Amino acid sequence: MADLADTTAIAHHERDALVESSRTGFLVASPAYIYLIVFFAIPFLIVIVYSFASRSPTGATRLENWNFDSYIKLFDTVVVQVVSRSVWIALVTTVICLVLAYPFAYYLATRDRRIRNVLLVLVMIPFWSNFLVRTYAWRFILSNEGPVGTAVEWMGFQLNVLFTPTAVIIGLVYGFLPFMILPLYAAIERLDWRLVEAARDLYADGWTAFRNVTLPLTKSDIIAGSLLVFVPSLGAYVTDTILGGAKTEVLGTFIVRQFQAARNWPFGSALSVVLMAVMLAAVLIRTRTGAREV
Amino acid sequence: MTIGLRPKSPLERLLGTNAWLVFFFFYAPIFTLVFFSFNDSNRVGIWGGLSTRWYREMFDNEQVWSAVTNSLLVALISTIVSTVIGTAVAIALDRYRFRGDRTLDGLLYLPIIIPDVTMAVMLLIFFARAFEIIGTIGPRFQLGLTSIILSHIAFNISFVAVVVRARLGQLDPRLEEAARDLYANGWQAFRRVTLPLIMPGVLGGALLALTISLDDVVVTAFVSGPGSTTLPVYVFGLVKRGVSPLINAISTVMLLASITLVLGSLAFQRGTGDSS
Repeated sequence: MADLADTTAIAHHERDALVESSRTGFLVASPAYIYLIVFFAIPFLIVIVYSFASRSPTGATRLENWNFDSYIKLFDTVVVQVVSRSVWIALVTTVICLVLAYPFAYYLATRDRRIRNVLLVLVMIPFWSNFLVRTYAWRFILSNEGPVGTAVEWMGFQLNVLFTPTAVIIGLVYGFLPFMILPLYAAIERLDWRLVEAARDLYADGWTAFRNVTLPLTKSDIIAGSLLVFVPSLGAYVTDTILGGAKTEVLGTFIVRQFQAARNWPFGSALSVVLMAVMLAAVLIRTRTGAREV
Repeated sequence: MTIGLRPKSPLERLLGTNAWLVFFFFYAPIFTLVFFSFNDSNRVGIWGGLSTRWYREMFDNEQVWSAVTNSLLVALISTIVSTVIGTAVAIALDRYRFRGDRTLDGLLYLPIIIPDVTMAVMLLIFFARAFEIIGTIGPRFQLGLTSIILSHIAFNISFVAVVVRARLGQLDPRLEEAARDLYANGWQAFRRVTLPLIMPGVLGGALLALTISLDDVVVTAFVSGPGSTTLPVYVFGLVKRGVSPLINAISTVMLLASITLVLGSLAFQRGTGDSS
């Protein structure tokens, strides 16, 4: 999927001869258009509207007395704590993913074509297989009753990793590492190695060539991969619910709590708006840096 | 093409070690889980010999069966609908210029990248509000299989469209031109030439949609009601209470299902349509 943007762009160009009346195109696209407006765009806008709504004493949302209370509440100490914890956990996850993925992608991209394709499929399998089950696998491994926990206990220690930020970060890295690997792989694979050779011919040592040639050429994909890891990590709900605890509550779990136990839909909506804003900012950064699709 | 590193340099060895560590990291948890699903012991962490008792217990569990039925129903219907709509929009965006095509392109991209919690919250409020409004003038609706299916279609259209567009991008436009030169009309050229050529992409997209639908837990949990629990939502509920050998068995089956579907999807997407 790496060269999707390229190929479609070329295809568009070549096919200008085939472009027919805009009415046919609109007609063929209309089911998707209508569907996405009804079940995506409108819900998207409703969340924004709800974030300004008020609440009855029993917790029911009232679509009257519009106010900014939910946004003011974002600055409460508890909320600031949750948000900064989320950002911190998402940042650590992103950095670990980058450190693991760059050399990994480099290794992958420099193999023979046949081996490379096999290894790539081996990355795709966990990428697309059930996220819930993969997260549960870590719950099983990290829990004190699990095989590792039992073994550690026999040696006279306690594992006690579960329900800590460490466990959540392990789960997030495990879940989102492929998001970092795939764009980096695509970037390194299409690298023009003659540029690196040229640098070496001009007496740059390996590190200098990497820093001044390879790294700048793959910079936009490093940004793309980092955003692809950072944004979902910030909204992590499943990972935090399974591997974290009350002390690791992050934005995703906090939002869900507003819609369940806390019954504060306007505030939950305001938090969702914040998350959407982060996502849209990420999209903007990606288009600005000219990153390609993965 | 010369590769930037000499083979067997210390750096190359380091890269290799890192790669195998990453693969170990990817697969060790999965294999541990699968292995322990065959554990004949009530204590999850202690090996008590090989057995399939947890699989038998899973097959005898009625809640599991009802959840599986719901999951399959939701996945099949949402896959069929989103494959038709997603393929159509991919063709429209690839072949035609029309008013609002850029907006549609952006709109189509959002369901893929939006965090699932946000998507879940959006749809929950939307359905709650819509059902309330419909309830005042006529039939009363509740969150259930219908709202789950409608939600799954909402995100699956995008995934199908992305896969089909990739395939369309690889097509040689001269093939369709040739059909037109031989007096095929627009529909005939599409039906006889384009559609068969993009079929691997359509099937690949459909399998991807099926996988995503079968795996989704967050959106589904939000828009489901009593009696409409899907398998992931059921498992999520069990997992919240802790680890158990039964979950290991169900998880293994779910993993097997999604891996099979993914490999199928990849095979279709890479399948030779001798067009490129």
